[in-house]
Amino acid sequence: MILLDRVTKTYPRSEGSAALDRITLNVDPKEFVIVVGQSGAGKTTLLRLLTREERPTSGKIIIGGIDYDKLKDKEIPLLRRKIGVVFQDFKLLPNKTVFENVAFALEIVGVSNKEIRHTVPKVLDIVNLRGKEDSMPRQLSGGERQRVAIARAIVRQPRILVADEPTGNLDPKHAWDVIKVLEKINRYGTTVLLTTHNQEIVNKLKRRVITLKDGKVASDRANSGYKS
Amino acid sequence: MNRRLITLSRIFQTGAVNFVRNISLAIAAMAVMVVTLTIVLFSLITNATFKNTVTQITNKIDVSVFLKDTVTPAQTTVLLSQLKGLPNVKAVQYLNKTQVLQQYEQQNASNKQLATAIGQTSNPLPSTILIKTYDLNKIQSIKAFLVQPANAALQSNAPSYSGDQETAINKITHATDILREVGIVAIIVFVIICALIIFNTIQMAIFNRRDEIQIMRLLGASTNYIRGPFVVESTIYGILSAAISVAIIDAAFVTASNALQASALGLLDISYANSFFKSHFFELLAIQILLGIVLGAVSSIIATHRYLKFKTK
Repeated sequence: MILLDRVTKTYPRSEGSAALDRITLNVDPKEFVIVVGQSGAGKTTLLRLLTREERPTSGKIIIGGIDYDKLKDKEIPLLRRKIGVVFQDFKLLPNKTVFENVAFALEIVGVSNKEIRHTVPKVLDIVNLRGKEDSMPRQLSGGERQRVAIARAIVRQPRILVADEPTGNLDPKHAWDVIKVLEKINRYGTTVLLTTHNQEIVNKLKRRVITLKDGKVASDRANSGYKS
Repeated sequence: MNRRLITLSRIFQTGAVNFVRNISLAIAAMAVMVVTLTIVLFSLITNATFKNTVTQITNKIDVSVFLKDTVTPAQTTVLLSQLKGLPNVKAVQYLNKTQVLQQYEQQNASNKQLATAIGQTSNPLPSTILIKTYDLNKIQSIKAFLVQPANAALQSNAPSYSGDQETAINKITHATDILREVGIVAIIVFVIICALIIFNTIQMAIFNRRDEIQIMRLLGASTNYIRGPFVVESTIYGILSAAISVAIIDAAFVTASNALQASALGLLDISYANSFFKSHFFELLAIQILLGIVLGAVSSIIATHRYLKFKTK
């Protein structure tokens, strides 16, 4: 489902040191993979490459059969519609309500209004945001914003879900609720790639854990734990 | 509903909703657009008024040809038809001696001494041909025709150019030509300045919302789906600003005609400007709205472009 072959990403201002250094990864369909590592290890860069926010300096990326080298600019939106992304900084649309933020993910793929009215409340139920439909993002707490971002990422039932520190702003109870949502959609067949700092979550999940260190894969173990 | 229609209706709806939700930004952008569009409208009306003034001046200028009393009606007819055939001649009018005298008496009705003097003599005034031209600059062809020996022999005096000096006419034509050119240049300059100001205003409004564009991009929205609502929003700015600018000028005319009670301020004939504005109201409104829409739409298309680019490195 996700294949990275000797992927390197160097930023022009990084004076030669690579954010990612010859990373090779293979994630199977329906797999739940946790990427851990300290700040600056390359987790966010990895996710930005997967969403084609960045292009690798070298190496090959193939996701869901799409070879990024052959991807034309006008095909990038189509690729992004196949991947659900939960951004670390939420990236909610500030001028849209909670309902509209989630609905936006469906609108851009041409889903009818009737279907949107049917689907969005269900997803807001999953993330415990019923009653907040008409709130603007600025009126929400950090945790609520995070849950809107998750609702938006899963509403299209993507084949791949990429979540960048989705529990970073949440208290332990809500953090675990979010993880349960991710596990749930993984059970429905979505491949999940989760980056986190949260040692407790990693240890409880007992999933495949990839540890990044200085832009390299330090370890890649199934049913593993993590000690930061 | 067809998927494209759904998308199109969403673009319009989102644009309208965004306009309302970003009303403070919209008011700021529209304030600038109103000022610039008002200047353009003002320059359009001013130019039309100057043109009218120039036409009025040139219409008052005739070439007068004075005929000897010995010229026969047949000769007059030939001369008139020849004059009509000249390229720059707009109209030719023949006044016989009696008509010239009547006109003279009318013009000098207040001068009783002169009226008495004329009454005591036989009519000394020659029959006259009045020539109106299309273009005062091209009067040379008429002059050349009139000084031909055969034609000069029919004339009692040298032709008069509006009864004034030729140099005065030349000065007027020169001044009116400059006014025409200045008017056209002024309109072009104002439209360019207006376009640049509106472009910068919309660019700043969109710059404030660049994060929104980038988020929509990351979520997989197509270029048109992101850009569309911005174009709709800017178009609304354009339409409303155009309507407001026309309303401002309308209010200005109402105030000016009440306050000044004057028909003319130098070359700017306010009563003509007012009647021009009233008679061309819908044309001017259409021009303003079209200008507002085009400038708004084009500016937003250009301004969103830079935030819609994908990283190539």
